[in-house]
Amino acid sequence: MSAVEVSGVTRRFGTVVALDDVSLEVGHGELVGLLGPNGAGKSTLLSLVSGQRRPDAGEVRLDGRDPRDPRARTTLGLTPQETGLPATLRVREVVDFVGGHYPDPVPTGELLDQFGLDDLGKRQTGSLSGGQKRRLAVALSLVGRPRVVLLDEPTTGLDVSGRAALWDAIRAYHASGGTVLLTSHYLEEVQALAERVVVIDHGTVLADDSLAAILRRVGVRRVQLTDGDGVRQEHLVADSDAFVRDLVTSGTRFSDLEIRGASLEEAFGQLVAHGNEGALR
Amino acid sequence: MSPVTTSPATAAASAHAEPERRTRPFWVLAWLHLRYQFLETVRIPVAVLGNLLFPSLSMFFFVVPQRTVADDPLFATVAVAGLGLFAVCSASLFTYGLGVAEDRQLPFYPFLRSLPTGPGPQMVARVLNGGIFSLFGLLPLIVIGWLFTAATVTPGQLLAGIGTILAVSVPFVLLGMAIGHALSAKAALPVVQVILFPLAFAGGLFLPPQMFPGWLDAISQATPTRAGRDLLVQATTGAEGYALALPVLVGWTVLFAVLAVLAYRRDEGRRFR
Repeated sequence: MSAVEVSGVTRRFGTVVALDDVSLEVGHGELVGLLGPNGAGKSTLLSLVSGQRRPDAGEVRLDGRDPRDPRARTTLGLTPQETGLPATLRVREVVDFVGGHYPDPVPTGELLDQFGLDDLGKRQTGSLSGGQKRRLAVALSLVGRPRVVLLDEPTTGLDVSGRAALWDAIRAYHASGGTVLLTSHYLEEVQALAERVVVIDHGTVLADDSLAAILRRVGVRRVQLTDGDGVRQEHLVADSDAFVRDLVTSGTRFSDLEIRGASLEEAFGQLVAHGNEGALR
Repeated sequence: MSPVTTSPATAAASAHAEPERRTRPFWVLAWLHLRYQFLETVRIPVAVLGNLLFPSLSMFFFVVPQRTVADDPLFATVAVAGLGLFAVCSASLFTYGLGVAEDRQLPFYPFLRSLPTGPGPQMVARVLNGGIFSLFGLLPLIVIGWLFTAATVTPGQLLAGIGTILAVSVPFVLLGMAIGHALSAKAALPVVQVILFPLAFAGGLFLPPQMFPGWLDAISQATPTRAGRDLLVQATTGAEGYALALPVLVGWTVLFAVLAVLAYRRDEGRRFR
């Protein structure tokens, strides 16, 4: 029995097809990254797995049960969106409240301590910084000692150290045997955490493979430079080395050359723009 | 940012042999939700004050200056009861119709639906929380009625009156929740107004139903407001209501409970990605 089992699931919102016949299986103890641009269907998929929505067609199973049954959700952890914390409640109260739903919650003090929130227990959540809210959101997903955790964009908007600290917490949870399904549109985040990557766009699974295999397929680089006329240019290229070699040999004047890995969203944009949608399959 | 220390505290339940697959008991969850809903409500004092002030001000504007009503023990008591019931109905419909619709637009709401609990405990907590704040609203009303009008009740009648008004608030809380789960906040507001005022008028909360023509009285007796009013008047003055008042109120309560549960089941939070 898999931790998460999605078979032939379709979900529409009016005329928009958010998920189109999607199948996905996540085994116990796996750490799977769900990648895709905004609006690809990632959050819809998570909302089906967490029982918040019902599929129009197909079946969703959480530990072999329908996630719309509250009993199935006793082993599920989920991050609330940081903007959605009840602003007037104190940090400690929110943790007590969420933990109170589970049979064997992590004691509030212990959890706050673990996430470096122990000094903030008496603060109202509305007064927390973005990073503090993120930490609280991830802490809330773990308060019930879940077997499966769904993390929706867990570190969006965090600085580098904040992100690294949360990544450590997620890795520690996974190392203790937990199953993680996380969404991100940052390639870097999925790269840092996931063993297996599922790429979705326009409601369909484009690729489902090991991290290394996926990275090879979306290995697009973004090259920025200022040309002789002082105009900033941006190129998305598959082989940045060859691009730079050509640039230099062509003798064109340029300055401020910058190369970095393109985000998956940019890679998608590039692929679609070239009428090259099949390239990821 | 301080480092996130990794300790086995968040160890996955896989360490436990077979995870427990039962949600916590219903009453434990209901108590949990009640505590936090109460906290959330009192943390915004203006909302609480509004509940306290509205019935009291209505008393001073509409009842105390009319000495023919205010000086007659029976009329004054009935007027206090009617206004009290209107305040409770209005608070229930607005707080729950509008409150639930607004909550559903917050991102925390879908998160709550992913926790291991069904809709029951949260709904029970909302009903009880509504009752608590209705009581806060009734207290000044009772004091004004006692000090400034001839309204009179025995301690037994007072307790029976409070008990009745809380029981009568239940169908209105449920109706509010049905509206709140079925409609957006913008739509819920006019719908609540369109429902509340005709119901309050037809139910005899503003004008005594003795002044109604026969056909209106017949319609009136089928409304939950009239049934609630007559039960309340009976509890506080001993004047007999019509025989069908209790069955009518119970019928509406069952109907609104079904509608509330259906609306909750249909609702999937914000309907866009």
